[in-house]
Amino acid sequence: MTMPAQRGNPGLTTAGLSDHPAALALVGRHRVRIWEPLPWILALAFYFAFPNHLGFGTELLVTILFALSLDLALGYAGIVTLGHAAFFGAGAYTVGMLAHHGIWSEPISGLMLAAGVAALIGLVSGLILLRTTGLTLLMLTLCTMALLEEAANMGEKYTGGFDGLPNLPIPPLFGMFEFNPLYPRVQYLYVLGVLFVCFLFIRMLVYSPFGQSLTGIRENVLRMHAVGAPVNWRLVTCYTISAAIAGIAGGLWAQANAYVNLSTLGLDRAATVLIILVLGGYGRLYGAFVGAVVYMALSHFLAKVYPTAWQLGLGLLLMLIALFARNGVLGLWDQITTRFRFKSAAKRGPP
Amino acid sequence: MLPLTLGERGPTVSAAPSHVTLNGPTDWGPLVNFGIDLVSMLLGGLAAGMVLFIVSVGLSVTMGLMGFVNLAHGGFAMLGGYVIVLLMRNWGIGFIPALALGFVIIAAVSIVFERLLYSRLYRAAELDQVLFTIGLVFFMIASVTLVIGPENQQLMLPSWLQGQLDLGILHYRTYSIFLIAVGTLIVLGLWLGFERTRMGAQIRAAVDNRRMAESLGINIDRLFMLTFAFGSGMAAIGGGLGAEFLGLNPQYPLIYLVYFLIVVSVGGLGRVTGVFFASLIIGVLDFALKKYLPQGGTLFIFALTILLLLWRPQGLFGGKTS
Repeated sequence: MTMPAQRGNPGLTTAGLSDHPAALALVGRHRVRIWEPLPWILALAFYFAFPNHLGFGTELLVTILFALSLDLALGYAGIVTLGHAAFFGAGAYTVGMLAHHGIWSEPISGLMLAAGVAALIGLVSGLILLRTTGLTLLMLTLCTMALLEEAANMGEKYTGGFDGLPNLPIPPLFGMFEFNPLYPRVQYLYVLGVLFVCFLFIRMLVYSPFGQSLTGIRENVLRMHAVGAPVNWRLVTCYTISAAIAGIAGGLWAQANAYVNLSTLGLDRAATVLIILVLGGYGRLYGAFVGAVVYMALSHFLAKVYPTAWQLGLGLLLMLIALFARNGVLGLWDQITTRFRFKSAAKRGPP
Repeated sequence: MLPLTLGERGPTVSAAPSHVTLNGPTDWGPLVNFGIDLVSMLLGGLAAGMVLFIVSVGLSVTMGLMGFVNLAHGGFAMLGGYVIVLLMRNWGIGFIPALALGFVIIAAVSIVFERLLYSRLYRAAELDQVLFTIGLVFFMIASVTLVIGPENQQLMLPSWLQGQLDLGILHYRTYSIFLIAVGTLIVLGLWLGFERTRMGAQIRAAVDNRRMAESLGINIDRLFMLTFAFGSGMAAIGGGLGAEFLGLNPQYPLIYLVYFLIVVSVGGLGRVTGVFFASLIIGVLDFALKKYLPQGGTLFIFALTILLLLWRPQGLFGGKTS
């Protein structure tokens, strides 16, 4: 969020509260910035520029959506979870099992079902888990995910066990556009569309009073209790919404790849999405985008050729971020730009 | 990248083979056989639990002292295991001296890590601690893979620890009995140190109320450094002791991370005896479940942990701390 430049009189003397810079910042912060269409233009440009890398692009878009869902819980509400892949996996398995057993396979309603199942799991687990904090919360989220993973591993009859469910029959989108696993053009545009809709929803949510109260809970729980905010319900609601969006991301993943396996549920995915979000910067709308692009591009080119060096570098990067750059790439960018602004303001001298 | 191996997709705590043979005639009826089964299960579970305790006790105390979420603790156990195995293989050092050397080396290494890196994050948010220690785990895994290789390392037990030991009514693996004996000695020593020494009293005070302890003049930073080094050294010993049946490869810290965390959160933060009992419970439970409920044993442990933590968020043996 960039603060708009001071306008008018910074005091309360002339026009009362509505002219105060803080009030102006609050009123104006949800407005669309001039650069905000840029990610979407780039995403469309990618479609035309790299028709041979659309599989990678689809994976990237799904990851962005998943990271956005985590951002809602972790970045905005401050729920430190190690088990967010539980909801991704729940969504993926919902789509996968319904399609595999021939119950339901239409893509868009499938996503709704995935969101519903994930939201239900988020609601039930959230009602129980979110009363705890710290290490207990960390452990409980981790254990919940491990529980689901173990269940998916064991229920071989329904989930395919360790091998997962391959070759899911996904019918054409709107009955017209066929999903082709080799040339995932339709998948790319479909995922992009879903991501856009979900992003608009999240953007609206975090700028709403509800989103503002989440930030308040993250910053100071005691004070939010004191001002009478229903803290626990806000957290549970946020967790449920976040779970639903993670479920949509999982469902998209299953539809785009036409298979589902245990990799959707593990600590691997949960840790990766956490790293991505932190890399980009959490608690800000575009952190997920930046983090996913940087991480996926690096891992795409490095992980396959030098897997060990990639892990070494990733470890070092994580330690450096935790020690020095707690707000990720976008946080660094903010620091640089504010410093620049201060300098240019100093040159102009006092008004 | 992160194969958290659970269930039948990899080795778990109960991978220890329990070789049991009876003295005299073997056909004593089902009741006696069941009793023998029970005893062997108990012994195997206790041996695994002891290793779990030796590795996790340091984690519990450091977490209790500083509230630092150290997910890299298993990394020190892995490094210790490698040091011990390589010392024995390349320099022909005996098992016991190698364990002692492993303790000293890893304790020294961990002091460097603590002073240079960990100490910067004591007052940081939990998330930063989680990220930092995950990064450290990756770093350790990749370094070990680069320097030594990704394959499993075999620990050669000395001859006096191989084979079976006569326990009167049954023969049992000498090494398991050795583990139980060593674990008992260690827990007794730690308990005495905790309850009877000045430093133990300082640790207990700091776990219960850090601010109060600090204002009474206890140097928490120094205390933490020492316990951190000691805990990492213990983890190294645990890594060496457990290498024979837990396996030893670069993925070790991630494979067993959940077990260490479960033990610590069930036992309660900063509670030596709590972690001890929790380790034994998890060890025996894991053994029993693998035997009687091979499908879904792990599921049961996770479900149990969740229920327990909901009932008592401070752990089974943890006191009411803020």
